Amino acid sequence: MEPGTSAPATAPPEGARLDFLLVADMVAPGSRVLDVGCGDGSLLALLRDRRGVDGRGIEISREGVNACLAKGLPVIQGDADTDLADYPDDAFDYVILSQTIQATRRPKVVLEHLLRIGRRAIVSFPNFGHWRVRLDLLLKGRMPVTDNLPYAWHDTPNIHFCTIRDFVELCREVGARMERAAALDAGGRPVRVALPWWAWNLLGEQGVFLLTRRESGPDR
Amino acid sequence: MTSALPPPEPRNQVDDPSSPVARFGADEPLMLDAGVPLAPWQIAYQTYGTLNAERSNAILVCHALTGDQHVANPNPVTGKPGWWTTMVGPSKPLDTDRFFVICANVIGGCMGTTGPASTDPRTGQPYALDFPVITIRDMVRAQAALIDRLGIESLFCVVGGSMGGMQVLQWAASYPERVFAALPIATAARHSAQNIAFHEVGRQAVMADPDWRGGRYLVEGTRPAKGLAVARMGAHITYLSEMALHRKFGRNYQDRSAPTFSFDADFQIESYLRYQGLSFVERFDANSYLYVTRAMDYFDLAAEHGGSLARAFKGSATRFCVISFSSDWLFPTADSRAIVHALNAAAASVAFVEVESDKGHDAFLLDEPEMFAAARGFIDAAARARGLS
Repeated sequence: MEPGTSAPATAPPEGARLDFLLVADMVAPGSRVLDVGCGDGSLLALLRDRRGVDGRGIEISREGVNACLAKGLPVIQGDADTDLADYPDDAFDYVILSQTIQATRRPKVVLEHLLRIGRRAIVSFPNFGHWRVRLDLLLKGRMPVTDNLPYAWHDTPNIHFCTIRDFVELCREVGARMERAAALDAGGRPVRVALPWWAWNLLGEQGVFLLTRRESGPDR
Repeated sequence: MTSALPPPEPRNQVDDPSSPVARFGADEPLMLDAGVPLAPWQIAYQTYGTLNAERSNAILVCHALTGDQHVANPNPVTGKPGWWTTMVGPSKPLDTDRFFVICANVIGGCMGTTGPASTDPRTGQPYALDFPVITIRDMVRAQAALIDRLGIESLFCVVGGSMGGMQVLQWAASYPERVFAALPIATAARHSAQNIAFHEVGRQAVMADPDWRGGRYLVEGTRPAKGLAVARMGAHITYLSEMALHRKFGRNYQDRSAPTFSFDADFQIESYLRYQGLSFVERFDANSYLYVTRAMDYFDLAAEHGGSLARAFKGSATRFCVISFSSDWLFPTADSRAIVHALNAAAASVAFVEVESDKGHDAFLLDEPEMFAAARGFIDAAARARGLS
């Protein structure tokens, strides 16, 4: 598979549902949403049906686009790395990048586009800082292959893994303000709040962030 | 339904087609972009399926350059099956068990809609080059008059490929409130310089034929068959892809094992093109070819809106699905993306699929399961949104 928007980075459908519910909870009812790398449109359909959202999608795979069409979702076949540039500023209330940033060629550019196109951005990604990943590397000395990350290192669409801490640093670089943040466990349930970053980075299998543009520019 | 057609015989399909015709009198002129009214005029069409009580299930199919209204029934001139039986019919993506499908011959055509081969009531002779130059918007205007005549306020869907796709875009731009869903396939919002160039070669081939007689061949009893055949041969190449040509013909010889060292049709591809050219002249009028190619050349939807394609679709509530084919070099995917970008910029609802195919521009007329799946998904979801069963 080409690196791009469709990459199913993590496998668990049950977990994905909880993760989607958390994302849906961050979206104000009736807003305009662009889901980048929307796969088969499950999240968009959920947002439409539960939050009355006017949703659009970008998806790289034809199978995904066809599945979206069958759900009545307006989804464009395209690549997050190249196509986001065509969207005007402030075109959407929210731009969602769910489990996709690690499959993009230029995550920083993609994130900058999200913050430009949407008034808010929601980004979720698998946390490479999770203790199981660290343990695998430490004990086996090999790249981890788990149920959630089922690809061998040479055959993965996920080319830019990061940890929660890395992502927080990237947000600072591009001048994004973190309005809400959550770390999810293997089941997709939020890790109890009020932990320091390093603990989230260790315990979270996924990070979910609600971001806004910092009008004053990058925070140094 | 029009399954039972009269035997395909010497019948003047231009003035008296073997399909329903809507006639408009001297008091109902068609106002043309060229600035002149056309009256009287007529438009020939076919319908399939049944219009529901709410009149909400009508789909208008727009045909391509040399197509006609016989989209899903045998063609009365050639006897061959309709040109889009892959898409239109019971249980097909444009399901005639559920939808009322309409297809009309375009203005400027030669299968029953007024065009250069039609009789000019002022002279009693064919219009020939006295026929005004027409545009894609004129074609759509004529279709809108037909849709009015059929008592349909709003179309459930307008669909078409190539020149038909241009009409779909023009419908959505000119009558957004009358188009619930739009499905433009393998098309562009403006005709490219390269495509205008190909069309000009075709027109020059027609006009260089001594039998064209300044366009007055119908009166003078000749036919510019050679010129029109050459035009068709050239155009046909542009509809295919190198891959498709190679797969079908390669450098294979036709009915021989060695070259004849002559200009016979030694190669299969040559004999195929000659056949395509010859069979085309049997069913198409040479002047009509000049007019419809010209209409495509003039098409530039952005130009109508101050150069901004997005403005053409501003505030549109129509749901769009744009389909392109990866090996189409006549209307490449980039053209479809330009439409999609404009629709996005106009905040319109748009879906887009590029179908992987090596069959070139012609793919939209052929058996392309990916296209059927996309069209079916889009149409079915739109039907649910409109409350159609």
